[in-house]
Amino acid sequence: MKFGVVVFPGSNCDHDAYYALGQVMHQSVEFLWHQSEQVAGFDAIVLPGGFSYGDYLRTGAIARFSPVMRAVEKFARDGGLVLGICNGFQILCEAGLLPGVLMRNAGLRFICRQVHIRVETSDTPFTGAAKPGQVLQIPIAHAEGNYFCDAATLAELERHRQIVFRYTTPEGREEAAANPNGSLANIAGVCNRERNVMGLMPHPERAVEAALGSADGLVIFRSLIESLARQATVSA
Amino acid sequence: MPLHEAPFKFVKDLGPLASDDKMLDTEIRITPELVAEHGLSTEEYARIRKILGRDPNFTELGIFSVMWSEHCSYKSSKAHLRRLPTRAPQVLQGPGENAGVVDIGDGLAAAFKMESHNHPSYVEPFQGAATGVGGILRDIFTMGARPIAVLDSLRFGPISSGAKTPPVNPPDNAIDDETIARNRRILDGVVRGIAHYGNCFGVPTVGGEVQFEPGYSANPLVNVLALGIAKKGDLFFAKARGAGNPVIYVGAKTGRDGIHGASLLASAEFSEESQQKRPNVQVGDPFMEKLLLEACLEAMQTGAVVAIQDMGAAGLTSSSCEMASRGGLGIEIELARVPQREPTMTPYEMMLSESQERMLLVAERGREQEVLTVFAKWGLDAVEIGRVTEDGLVRVLHHGSIVAEIPAHALAEEGPVYQRPLAAPVPAANERLAEFGAAGADLTENFRRLLAAPAIASKRWIWEQYDYMVRTNTLERPGAGDAAVVRVKGTKRALALASDGNGRWCRLDPFVGAQLAVAEAARNVACSGAKPWAATNCLNFGNPEKPEVMWQFSRAIDGIAAACTALDIPITGGNVSFYNETLGRSIDPTPVLGVLGMIEDASRALGMAFRAEGDVIVLLDGRADAASSPENGRREFSSSEYARTIRGIAAGAPPAVDLAAEKRLIALLVALASEGAMQSAHDVSDGGLGVTLAESCFASGGLSARVSLTSREADEAALFGERGARAVVSVTPANLARVLSVAAQYGVAAQEAGLVVRGEFRIELNGRAVVNADVPSLNDAWAGALERLLRGNDFRKAE
Repeated sequence: MKFGVVVFPGSNCDHDAYYALGQVMHQSVEFLWHQSEQVAGFDAIVLPGGFSYGDYLRTGAIARFSPVMRAVEKFARDGGLVLGICNGFQILCEAGLLPGVLMRNAGLRFICRQVHIRVETSDTPFTGAAKPGQVLQIPIAHAEGNYFCDAATLAELERHRQIVFRYTTPEGREEAAANPNGSLANIAGVCNRERNVMGLMPHPERAVEAALGSADGLVIFRSLIESLARQATVSA
Repeated sequence: MPLHEAPFKFVKDLGPLASDDKMLDTEIRITPELVAEHGLSTEEYARIRKILGRDPNFTELGIFSVMWSEHCSYKSSKAHLRRLPTRAPQVLQGPGENAGVVDIGDGLAAAFKMESHNHPSYVEPFQGAATGVGGILRDIFTMGARPIAVLDSLRFGPISSGAKTPPVNPPDNAIDDETIARNRRILDGVVRGIAHYGNCFGVPTVGGEVQFEPGYSANPLVNVLALGIAKKGDLFFAKARGAGNPVIYVGAKTGRDGIHGASLLASAEFSEESQQKRPNVQVGDPFMEKLLLEACLEAMQTGAVVAIQDMGAAGLTSSSCEMASRGGLGIEIELARVPQREPTMTPYEMMLSESQERMLLVAERGREQEVLTVFAKWGLDAVEIGRVTEDGLVRVLHHGSIVAEIPAHALAEEGPVYQRPLAAPVPAANERLAEFGAAGADLTENFRRLLAAPAIASKRWIWEQYDYMVRTNTLERPGAGDAAVVRVKGTKRALALASDGNGRWCRLDPFVGAQLAVAEAARNVACSGAKPWAATNCLNFGNPEKPEVMWQFSRAIDGIAAACTALDIPITGGNVSFYNETLGRSIDPTPVLGVLGMIEDASRALGMAFRAEGDVIVLLDGRADAASSPENGRREFSSSEYARTIRGIAAGAPPAVDLAAEKRLIALLVALASEGAMQSAHDVSDGGLGVTLAESCFASGGLSARVSLTSREADEAALFGERGARAVVSVTPANLARVLSVAAQYGVAAQEAGLVVRGEFRIELNGRAVVNADVPSLNDAWAGALERLLRGNDFRKAE
């Protein structure tokens, strides 16, 4: 299994994703420079957190035009697994690979905090190892994580079970107080209709070791690896 | 070095020069007025003439004025700074480079330093603070070290109208609503600025401290400490080598921003017009800095970089002449080759510009392409603008003609050094001290108010705006322990960092106050399980030309020297910020100490939170016999946060310092932590024992404490006195005997004070309950105080 972690100018969680996959999950992982025009040979692509292009214009708005994104879009259309974390989620939305947008936090401030998110579906390659309703403690660190989409899109997301994570209380209750940024319907992460592209604002790569406060993010990476292993078995 | 403070009146006077002046720099006549406007004295000017053997031209005058400014030359502080202890086996680089460097084992080195950005943060809080972060980060990665942590030590004027009781000494209640609103706005801007820069750059802001005192209303302090890690063999220094080697300019283009930021900005007090100086504060671009970081570290790996220095204060001037001077060589640069934002900049403007996110490096002749390729990859300008020469001169050309030619060493190292006059300030007459309340009185309500005081209250509202986790090393986040703790990936180790400095105490006694700052920072890292390893400092004072200020400075240096010597902590560098005055009123003298600590086994890092019901709470006192401890008498009590908040008094004297006791306590904490014998540790500092106990409860998320103490002191002094050399630790019942016996070996008094419980928070003194409350209600007072004060302020509209 080979993971690619894309490095845009301004990515700053690229090393953290690389470390989580390589050192903690013991996977083969390589950085992918934003000017690469192809992503052949990778089994899954991670778009890491950070401030690609300094967040100029709008978060993710410039990064989506990077040469590597053309390759990632093709990779996704062909069914490849793509995980966008934080800024990576924003880029996926800008690229149209995921529905919706991420606006300024309701409080208009950057927030770095441990939050709780509930797994809404285990029917994705990113949550297969989790139980539906399972609550994970995973930190957020963003100023633009306020998910929004129109009513029709929200209905679509619900109908096709594309809402993967919601902000909840530690007990798993979906309350306004548990929503750190004003996201519509407490949405913390969504996937595409085909379920092979997923983005979330919380940082699972920061929650892979108990010493750092939580290891709940492991289940996302484990799901991803198991899913790739199943694919490999099937295609073999 | 980043930009600093400088005399603002000059900047105003220089305004027209910074515009599209038709007159060539070389045609401007050097008059005594012009010399004075540049902040140079007659003697200094005579020295310049002697060095050059002629009159300087306008560009040269500008170059000397920045290099010999207080900020760049340390001319008032140099003579005193020599008294600081700077040597120890672990020190790889002491003061004099971009940052101090210490050996942290496993073939690694830690580079760290603290700097101030006070005046810019008052003039333009957001950009002032942001560029402060940017400047110190460049100092770290210039050394070849990747920044892994930032701390901020902040001082603001009051953000609430304070105690309801009538004020006596501090004019806290006298502060009008407008000042309070402005202080809140400055706080908000500074915090957002730090967040903006650090978060985008990708360095975690892991800790620091914040104080609120009336003296900072018109002169806030923004001190930023940055820490970086490098392999020992990969360190870089700003020392030019090899005549003929190319000098390469990299990073952002040069603009007209920040001209005279360091020189003239840093050397005068503020006036009412200072808000008009906003254009003199640079605008930071953390994205550019992030690219510069990655490109520099990658370029350094090629082996083709010989020396490198950031362009901070005094920009192109200081970077070129310091690199040349350190290498005993000269440098020649052609300004026409410098990437410029505007086409008509004069040599004077280019040499003095403090545009951010720029570096100057020397590459190995023949390998420059390797360096240029790396910068091209990161999309950055990198241009060969000159070469290293043998003649020892900084020679500046503009379109081929020489516009400045100055001996590098004389410029960088032979600036004036002053022994300014010292005079102890006259003590305040008829100083009123705090009275103690009746013994046995219920102090719960006072305690609740103390917990809600901005200085004591939770700083979560601030640190949640910082990304304190990026790089996934943060073992103890802000608020979780006395020190921030970051692990060092690839090793078993972790590093702890704490910063401290109490201006109120230093105003009352700078010698004792400075010692307490060192002691508290060292005690803080020890509470996290770390052995104090090295220290940096940021010395914030008023106008050094005033003998009282210079006396405060000198006494503070003596205090730092005494404490660092006693505690075996070398000073590896730091920063002096003078002229922190507005309208003739100086800030409280505020030396801030940043102490780096070493934890050999990262799994032993310790927080302040109580961990389990039934654990025993032990009060450690570094004095061998607690009964012989000096009392928190009225004079000392009057300088406490409690006296300030509850009585409206800030007077008397700082708590007596006992460095031997501090040393014993620190050694004990480190020893106990290394064997995992404690569940938590938290030092007794602001707010005294009561606040220490409460914070360990709050951090635990649900636990409480039941404590019973005997004391000869007045109740309020026993509970809220701030005498040092003490810590509250919790231990499992199984470890209690071990902890008590080790404490005895180290000569530290250990008193079993109570138990970690669930339910009521209760403190008994001499058999009588003096505080009795439930933790959630106390926690609410403490946790929500800052947010209640700051939420709902429409800062933007107010600006």
